[in-house]
Amino acid sequence: MTLAVSRPSFSPVLQRFRRSHEFWLLAVILALCLVLSLATNSFLTLQNLFDLLTSNAFVGIMASGLLVVLIAGGIDISFTATASVAQYVALTLAIRYGLGWFAMFAIAGAIGIACGAINALFITRLRISSIIVSIATLNIFYGLLIFFSGGRYITSLPKFFRDGVWWFEYDDASGTPYALNLQILVLALAFLSAWLLLNRTNIGRQIYALGGNKDAAQRLGFHVVRLNFLVYGYLGLIAGIASLVQAQLAQSVTPTVLVGKELDVLAAVVLGGASLTGGVGTVFGAILGVALLAILQNGLVLLGVSSYWNQWFVGLTILCAVSITAWRDRRRRSAKAIA
Amino acid sequence: MVNFLDLHAISKRFGGVVALRNVDLSLPAGEVHCLVGENGSGKSTLIKIIAGVLRPEPEGRIMIEGREYPHLNPVQSTACGIQVIYQDLSLFPNLTVAENIAVGRHLGPPQVVNWRTIRTTAEAAIARIGASLDPFARVEDLSIASRQLVAISRAMAADARLVIMDEPTSSLTRHEVDALIRLVADLKHSGISTVFVSHRLDEVMEIAERVTVLRDGAKVGDFPATEMNDKKLATLMTGKAYAYETSAPDFSRAKTVLSVERLTRTGQYEDVSLDIHAGEIVGLTGLLGSGRTEFALSLFGMNPPTSGKIRLNGKRLALKTNAQAIAEGIAYVSEDRLTLGLVLEQPIASNILVTVLDKLTNRLGLVPEANRKRAAQKWIQDLAIKTPDPDNAVKTLSGGNQQRVVLAKWMATGPKLLILDSPTVGVDIAAKDGIYEVIKALAANGVAILLISDEIAEVYYHAQRVIVMRQGRLVSQCIPHDSSEAELQAVVDA
Repeated sequence: MTLAVSRPSFSPVLQRFRRSHEFWLLAVILALCLVLSLATNSFLTLQNLFDLLTSNAFVGIMASGLLVVLIAGGIDISFTATASVAQYVALTLAIRYGLGWFAMFAIAGAIGIACGAINALFITRLRISSIIVSIATLNIFYGLLIFFSGGRYITSLPKFFRDGVWWFEYDDASGTPYALNLQILVLALAFLSAWLLLNRTNIGRQIYALGGNKDAAQRLGFHVVRLNFLVYGYLGLIAGIASLVQAQLAQSVTPTVLVGKELDVLAAVVLGGASLTGGVGTVFGAILGVALLAILQNGLVLLGVSSYWNQWFVGLTILCAVSITAWRDRRRRSAKAIA
Repeated sequence: MVNFLDLHAISKRFGGVVALRNVDLSLPAGEVHCLVGENGSGKSTLIKIIAGVLRPEPEGRIMIEGREYPHLNPVQSTACGIQVIYQDLSLFPNLTVAENIAVGRHLGPPQVVNWRTIRTTAEAAIARIGASLDPFARVEDLSIASRQLVAISRAMAADARLVIMDEPTSSLTRHEVDALIRLVADLKHSGISTVFVSHRLDEVMEIAERVTVLRDGAKVGDFPATEMNDKKLATLMTGKAYAYETSAPDFSRAKTVLSVERLTRTGQYEDVSLDIHAGEIVGLTGLLGSGRTEFALSLFGMNPPTSGKIRLNGKRLALKTNAQAIAEGIAYVSEDRLTLGLVLEQPIASNILVTVLDKLTNRLGLVPEANRKRAAQKWIQDLAIKTPDPDNAVKTLSGGNQQRVVLAKWMATGPKLLILDSPTVGVDIAAKDGIYEVIKALAANGVAILLISDEIAEVYYHAQRVIVMRQGRLVSQCIPHDSSEAELQAVVDA
């Protein structure tokens, strides 16, 4: 039997954090930042920070959605196709009917939710494994999009959309302007909303419980089917929103540009400690996972390493991180067995 | 005293299969009750009806504290104070102790989580059962016994009036079982009823007041727990009387399969000579350290003797490894491998044939489906295994039929000598009976059997000849049919 009942003082919380996956990830990121700051002049600049956040916003926003699905014990890789469809349809309609921000996001979000619901339908009703369903729907959504769009780009986007968001402008000493743009704004909102959902609502806790022990969740009377529709719908919604954020950054819509990024997102979330078997993962971890991959790739560019090595380093990092976690788990288990 | 729960004429059919037939059960508040029956006797179905997971047939009635329900749903059942602790405990390993205990608070419409309520609810429930659990520990880091306390705390947090525990002691140590018994006694004092569900005579029956026995979906009866013992319960559960008789068939004209002459391994056993005939079961017993296991391992090639001879069907063997022994037709089954040797999720045919696949191959080294089917069908017919399809999973079979699959698996290898080391350790009486049947059937097929056991009754009733070893020497041979169990016991203890 374990420790006596005690009120949580500050130090146990810190101790728990010190043993956590996030702690090690944070340590690695800080070490990497330190090395890059010393090795380059351009890494530790406000400019680079803003660039990092902006260019990784799509992966980050998607990670916040995929995390929710992984915690529930599912997986979905069709979200890039969902995002491509949502982006294309929403902006086509926006151009044709002169729609504004709200209508655009509403359309993209609705398309995303619908695609997520299709996934959830097959996964819950026919009990097909979620990876298979989402591989299939990825191809279906994407195939339909390419067929109907003919692969054509949309470049003449509405002016207000091209201008995007530019809030709280700030000029540094050299006169370079910085501001809160659409990418950073939505990225922050996406992580905040995932955190609120997962940690502050009973639905979020039901999602954790479902991922931890599906049978027990069912016996307790959780609506497992509804929860599945919720998490896949949520990821779809996030995909719809992220797709517009990406289009705004790219200043165009290219039907082929998003599909292929799904494994980058999955890698970031898993790197952040989420388990493919469900029930495990935190928003903070996902943020760190995205950050580590982003900083690593950024650092390689700044160090002048050939971009051919990029994927090699990314792969190595993922393998190391996952191996260390597995090794620590094993050591912890065997320590427990001896005790 | 008004009963907390009354069940009248509860039946349940799944398609054409009757899982429960007209079962009555009454449970006074604060009673500790045992519900026992073999696998498939309907106890799980009955629990699920009480928990509201299954609906009984319409003629049944459920009364909780005098209020009648045609059937319950899980929410009603929980609201009435019924809590089921399943064998797997149904905990969330990824969540903290506190959240597991107070998980009922997460039910309901979308709302903001009040973490303070979660923690105080959990702490109150932990205090209620006097446990010491860290509310912030994750359940996956706890021992099984602590996890069980979490599950019981969860029942308390849900204001349980009746706690149903499915096989609660199967993975606990004796010490932990004692703690559980004290806890249940404490619940009883506060008027909370407990039902233990088991397939065997459990340690928890020490505090049970009544025992209800189910067999084939029907209630055999309920009995005061004090009147129960292992044998009586087994008879009630299975409907079979477990009275064994000794026998003394004549093996003088049977072929001698194993012949051991003055076998010695210095420091372990000395000068052991022994013959076993085809179809004969020879018991080998003796206290720990008598050298009996070392001797048996020598026969199996794993403990080469220093001197002496081993002959199998007249052929002199010099065994250096167990692979050689297996190739010669000697099989050694240790402890409970007789029951554990099945892969329950796999088809019956695959389980039977797994040991002999190399004999079924064609020239390409593949196993043709026709060969596989024919071989499996033969064993299923020979042993009258009751199944509609050899490709059904073994777990779909009843216990007795599973035992026959084990038997088929061993017979398929065609062993000449089978050494069984303590084959019934930790097995309930009905399963023991199944194992004895397997052993007898193997012998009837001409296999020579060496049955090693600590239990005097086991070798006395199931071997035709018993050999007693002491301090590495063979000290006595006895024919059970010509002597009594007490006499044999005296020889062993001498």
